[in-house]
Amino acid sequence: MENLDFKKLNAGEEILFSGIIYTARDQAHKKLVDLIKKNKKLPFQIKNQIIYYCGPTATPKGKIIGSCGPTTSNRMDEFVEPLLANGLAAMIGKGGRSTKVRQLIKKYKAVYFIAPAGCGALLAKRVLSKKLVAFRQLGAEAIYRLEVKDFPLIVAIDSKGKNFYEDL
Amino acid sequence: MNYNLAKKIENLVAEANFSLREDVLFLLKNAYLKEKDKKAKQALFWILENAKIAKKESLAICQDTGLALIFIEVGKNESITYSLIDTIKKSVASSYKKNYLRASIVEPLKREKPSYRGGIIHIEFNSKIKGLRISILPKGFGSENKSALRMFNPTAKIDDIEDFVIESVKKAGPQACPPFIVGVGIGGTSDYALLLAKKALLSNLIKPNKDKMLDKIEKRLLKKINALNIGPMGLGGKCTALAVKIKLAPTHIAGLPVGLNISCHALRSASVKIVNFN
Repeated sequence: MENLDFKKLNAGEEILFSGIIYTARDQAHKKLVDLIKKNKKLPFQIKNQIIYYCGPTATPKGKIIGSCGPTTSNRMDEFVEPLLANGLAAMIGKGGRSTKVRQLIKKYKAVYFIAPAGCGALLAKRVLSKKLVAFRQLGAEAIYRLEVKDFPLIVAIDSKGKNFYEDL
Repeated sequence: MNYNLAKKIENLVAEANFSLREDVLFLLKNAYLKEKDKKAKQALFWILENAKIAKKESLAICQDTGLALIFIEVGKNESITYSLIDTIKKSVASSYKKNYLRASIVEPLKREKPSYRGGIIHIEFNSKIKGLRISILPKGFGSENKSALRMFNPTAKIDDIEDFVIESVKKAGPQACPPFIVGVGIGGTSDYALLLAKKALLSNLIKPNKDKMLDKIEKRLLKKINALNIGPMGLGGKCTALAVKIKLAPTHIAGLPVGLNISCHALRSASVKIVNFN
């Protein structure tokens, strides 16, 4: 499934996604939004891209990536608007979002997915490659570009603003 | 440096992070068999598959390999030294590194350069054991963030305490990775009630509480929580918690502290008994 089809998805629907996703969690979000506020260039082109709220473990010898499940999404709620305004297409995480984020998702026709929470080993097997993109000093919280295959996702908030969970 | 002890601690950290506890696995399998809701069943299937892959491939069960909590029980007539505690602390950190676990620990205000330091040690003396019993509990923060404390009046009813537990679990919701294991500490002081709640997570989840009254409350709470329809990963269904465990401690006539600590479905811990450690 490619990024362009996301708008047709409905809350509650399950998909297997293959393509590119970028990890970013708390500190990376803070830095990205700071760059946007200062009108500076972002470390990757976020238009039509997907952000995955994830901080993987270290990569074991001989493996592509370590355990890499989703982290709690609503900690990122306060940073969502400028990213969506810059064209972010989708977010992947775990748990519910605020009413405001749901409304923003509707406004910008984006999507919020949840991935199997607490299943980082299972998800590691669906990652084909991992590359550091920015903020090396943040360790697990740095931004990584992941190429994934058959990544299991459930639509939690669709582009019409319909929420599978209750608003937080 | 006691190399024998160091090795044992390193293995313990690996076991806790790669092999899901037998009692947790048993309860998850039961929940999977009983679940009728299609989405919830799928979620439980993923959780069980994840545990299998983690063990087989020595991958962390969850990428949040937690803040390492180290519980040391010291038996009768044993003595412990600074160097022993230092060896334990260093071995935990070195095992996190060797086993490619996540460096998740930062200075609270600076937030940069995460590392493996910062394990928290709790020591207590236990006249019923010989030697030492050391338990490692890697505590993930998706669930730790949902901890709760309430200082009840001493005249509060058990119903009030139960309402507080249910309310706190409801607030934790899908964010804290249900199905949960809920630890409740009643008594002591504010900090001690929370510590008891955490220690409750180390109990065997299948064995009924020896205290008949507590056993009844635990079962009633579990039933109420599982009626909340939060379900595995918040997808609905019958299984929002796998177990509730309560621990008590004497408290002051003027108060009734109740602490609550939630574990996600990936409740990880491992224990080892060590004799001849000096």
